[in-house]
Amino acid sequence: MFMGYSLGELGSIFAMQAFAGLILFSVFVLMSLGLAIIFGQMGVINMAHGEFMILGAYMTYLTSQLFQAYLPSLNGIYFFVAMAVAFVVSGALGMLVEWSMIRFLYKRPLDTLLATWGLSLIMQQAFRSIFGAREVGVELPDWMMGSLPVTDTIEVQINGLFVMGLTTLIAAAVYLLMFRSRWGLQVRAVVQNRTMAGAVGISTERIDRYTFGLGCGIAGIAGSAFTMIGSTGPTAGQLYIVDTFLVVVFGGAASLAGTIASAFTISQAQSTMEFFMSGSMAKVLTLLVVVGILMLRPEGLFVLKVRR
Amino acid sequence: MTPAFTLRAKDLIGVVILALLLAVVLPLVLDPFRLNMVGKYLTYAFVAVGLVLCWGNAGILSLGQGVFFGLGGYCMAMYLKLQASTPEATKIQSTPGIPDFMDWNQITQLPFFWVPFKSLGFSLLAVVLVPALFALVLAFALFKRRVGGVYFAIITQALAAIMTILIVGQQGYTGGINGITDLRTLQGWDIRTDSAKFILYFVNVTLLIGAILLCQFVRRSKLGRILVAMRDKEDRVRFSGYDVASFKIFVFCFAAALAGVGGAMFTLQVGFMSPSFVGITPSIEMVIYTAVGGRLSLLGAVYGTLLVNWAKTSFSESFPELWLFGLGGLFIAVVLLFPNGLAGLYRSYVEPRLGALFGRKRPAAPDATPAPAE
Repeated sequence: MFMGYSLGELGSIFAMQAFAGLILFSVFVLMSLGLAIIFGQMGVINMAHGEFMILGAYMTYLTSQLFQAYLPSLNGIYFFVAMAVAFVVSGALGMLVEWSMIRFLYKRPLDTLLATWGLSLIMQQAFRSIFGAREVGVELPDWMMGSLPVTDTIEVQINGLFVMGLTTLIAAAVYLLMFRSRWGLQVRAVVQNRTMAGAVGISTERIDRYTFGLGCGIAGIAGSAFTMIGSTGPTAGQLYIVDTFLVVVFGGAASLAGTIASAFTISQAQSTMEFFMSGSMAKVLTLLVVVGILMLRPEGLFVLKVRR
Repeated sequence: MTPAFTLRAKDLIGVVILALLLAVVLPLVLDPFRLNMVGKYLTYAFVAVGLVLCWGNAGILSLGQGVFFGLGGYCMAMYLKLQASTPEATKIQSTPGIPDFMDWNQITQLPFFWVPFKSLGFSLLAVVLVPALFALVLAFALFKRRVGGVYFAIITQALAAIMTILIVGQQGYTGGINGITDLRTLQGWDIRTDSAKFILYFVNVTLLIGAILLCQFVRRSKLGRILVAMRDKEDRVRFSGYDVASFKIFVFCFAAALAGVGGAMFTLQVGFMSPSFVGITPSIEMVIYTAVGGRLSLLGAVYGTLLVNWAKTSFSESFPELWLFGLGGLFIAVVLLFPNGLAGLYRSYVEPRLGALFGRKRPAAPDATPAPAE
């Protein structure tokens, strides 16, 4: 399969493929960070995670429509407003869901799976009724279009770069929040030992609610970032849910660093294989390898050692 | 959440009532079209019954039952497709004698894994064995390493996704997104006529009742009690010297084989098999049938399957918009409000009244029968 390419061309192909892999990596990290918080830290299986992302995407779409209608001069920066809106709306809905549903189910993790699947169906239908069954897309601001030429044969898309930057920023923010703030300390305390955390005066209920909200809010931002790469439809969330869960499980559910490492591995493997075979076979092979490794190493790549 | 170790006679009455309903009442009141539809729903009941054993009794939630349903269905469909692709029937193709979709995908020879499906005996065996063997490999790898609960659910779900992508991607070998269609005869017997569908319905009901009785037997046996013990306190069972993994492997394979039978009956009655019955959504829907019926009740699972499917058909016929809201709400309500489903409601509200009506006392704590000490 390497016949007919010169060495230089091969190099560029691999570089381009690696860059595509990096974009995929950023997308995976964005998708799975929220879930790593909800599933990894709280143990709640949120099957509606994809729908929270789509909610963020639709919020971005709405914001872009509003800016085009009322503030066309500020079109260049609408995206930052949209991300904030997406975060707040998804986060608020997440907190509402936690309050009305999830908090009754902490002792039954498999049942959260069924209940949130029901939620995802309702959200899908709500999207379809409100925004229509057709996919929608946003118009990118001018500065985000086009690509930067690196060499004669290699060029990188600006929106891809932007997504990568955004991912770095959000990952850093989550790290600071979880490991360097007082609130993060409380979250980790509740995760490791709920009873003791309550005994020393942490309001576990409030921590649960905000943690769930944060996870959903990050999903909203992820959805917002998605609008820059592709279009949004009511059922698009379903496509991501398996990947997202596998990334989190593969990384070792309780470890945020593991999530990032596994997102990197899976995305690079998939984008490299996509060059050699059809997209669907690459996907099948990647998933199979991940499942295979999980069989050998069920606790994932990174294990957080906690005495129970 | 008490396991249902109720009296044997009462269980038998329940099975007889179900058998009468399915085999006498429904065929009398429904027209052939609707009866065929009920038959289609009942094929899902095989999966639901298997899930009662696997999820309700043993605590293993599988989100990949659609895979086993599909494997069984595809085994049957491959046989029927080969029956329908005789060289005479396919002589307009560039390669006569192979299924039409292979010809469209420029495949000139029957792939090796299709060849044994020319034999009916092999295909019928494969309907049970292929899903069971697949489940065996999976369960062996996972349960021996003590992967369970949530992780197992997620991995099985990933498998459902993989299976769909694989079937859709490998069009030439599997028929792709359309599945295997245009199935006609079984050993020369046309399965598309009304009379054939009528007979297949009864075959289906017989098999289902047989499956329920088999599950009852498993539940009543010592093995069934170990399953329940394992669900509630896995470590204690392990420390008592039982090999927990083997029991889990058995029950998972058993449920998979049942699902395979369901899939094969589906193919026979509906006349095609496609990846839309394999993936994530159908797999989770099958779990919800069990949850609605009651995850601890075999009969409840059958009624739950019928009820949800009936609601799905009638709602999506008249209010397609509302159906997903209804289904989603049902999921949430079942989980939050009545985790034991219809059977739980029946047991706590209807049964005591029935008992009073017949002047009998409610059997006192039926699950208090002493477990065999071992």
